[in-house]
Amino acid sequence: MMEAVRVPPFERFYEEQREPVLGQLRRMLGRDAADDAFQETFLRALRAYPALEHGRHLRAWALTIARNVALDVLRKSISTAADVPDLESIDEPLKYEELKRLTEDLPQKERAAVFLRYGYDLSYEDIGAALGSSPEAARQAASSGVRRLRRKELR
Amino acid sequence: MTVPRELDNRFRAAAAAQGLLDVAYDLIDTPVGRLLVAVTDRGVCEIEYDADPEAEEERLARLFGVRVLRSPRPTDEARRQLDEYFAGKRRAFELDVDLRATREFAHTVLDELARVPYGELTTYGALAARAGRPRAARAVGTVMNRNPVPIVLPCHRVVGSTGALTGYGGGLDRKRTLLELEGAISPLA
Repeated sequence: MMEAVRVPPFERFYEEQREPVLGQLRRMLGRDAADDAFQETFLRALRAYPALEHGRHLRAWALTIARNVALDVLRKSISTAADVPDLESIDEPLKYEELKRLTEDLPQKERAAVFLRYGYDLSYEDIGAALGSSPEAARQAASSGVRRLRRKELR
Repeated sequence: MTVPRELDNRFRAAAAAQGLLDVAYDLIDTPVGRLLVAVTDRGVCEIEYDADPEAEEERLARLFGVRVLRSPRPTDEARRQLDEYFAGKRRAFELDVDLRATREFAHTVLDELARVPYGELTTYGALAARAGRPRAARAVGTVMNRNPVPIVLPCHRVVGSTGALTGYGGGLDRKRTLLELEGAISPLA
C-alpha cells in the first residue's frame, strides 16, 4: 500500500505547477497562444480538482492537462489551405498563421508534429514528449506529414 | 519560468468569475494589521489576524472544500466595508457571513453577538443569557475566542462583568484599538 497523499488546497497546487505548465505551453504554442492556454489549463484543472482521490503525481497530471489544451489549440487553429512551400528548404521558421493554414488537411498527429518541428523548431524529443509518443514516432509523423504536403502540392 | 503577474491575476479572477472556487481569500491591510479575509458563495467565512496563509488554506480546505484560491475580487465588498469601518464611516456591516463550520450553541451565540450595537459594550454573562444559557458565560468566552469572523461579528464589544477587557483572539491591544475607534472606551492617557 502506498501512503495516502492528501489533495492539497488548490492554491498550493497552482503555485507549484504554474511555472512548469507555462513552460510547456510556450514550447508547444509560442508566447501569445500560451497565455490563453495557461488560463484554460488551470480552469480545467479546477473543474476536475474535487474529483481527485489523492495528491500523488500532480505535476504529471497538470502537464497532461496542459498538453491536451495545447493540442486542442493546434487542432482548432485551422483556416484555409493554400500553396505549400518546401518546408525543409526554407531558412526562416514559418509564421504561426501560415503554418496553420498549410497544414490544416493533415491528420492531427502529423499536423502537430510538422507544426512543432517547423513552426517552433522543437527537437523530436520535445515533440514526442508533447504528443505523448517516442521521439522516433514524432520524427516519422513529421516526415510523413511533409510527404503528404508534397504530394498535395504536386497534384 | 516566472508567470507574469497579469496572467496570474487574470486566472485568479476567471476562477472566481466562473464560480469554480469553494473559498476565495485575500490579505487586507488595516490599522489593526494585515487580515486574511476569506469568502464562500454564502458570505464571509473567515477573518484571521496574523494569518499564516498556508496553514489557513489547509484549514479552509478541510472546512469548505479543496478549491481554495487567493483571488481578490470576491473579497472586494468586505474590503470596502472594512475600509469604511476603520475610517469611522461605517457603524454596521452589511455582509453575509458563512457560519456553516460553527456548531449549534456557538451559532446561536454568534447570532446574538451580531446584534450588539456599534460603540456599546456587553458582558459574557449577558450574551450567555441572551443565547438562552445564562450560566454559560465561560462557554461564551470560548465562542468569542473562536469567532471565525472577528470585527464583522463584534466580539471586541464583549467584556468581563467588572468591565475589564479580559481577552481577545487578536490580542488585547487590538480590542482596545477597535473599542477606541468606536468611542466605547476612552483612549489610554
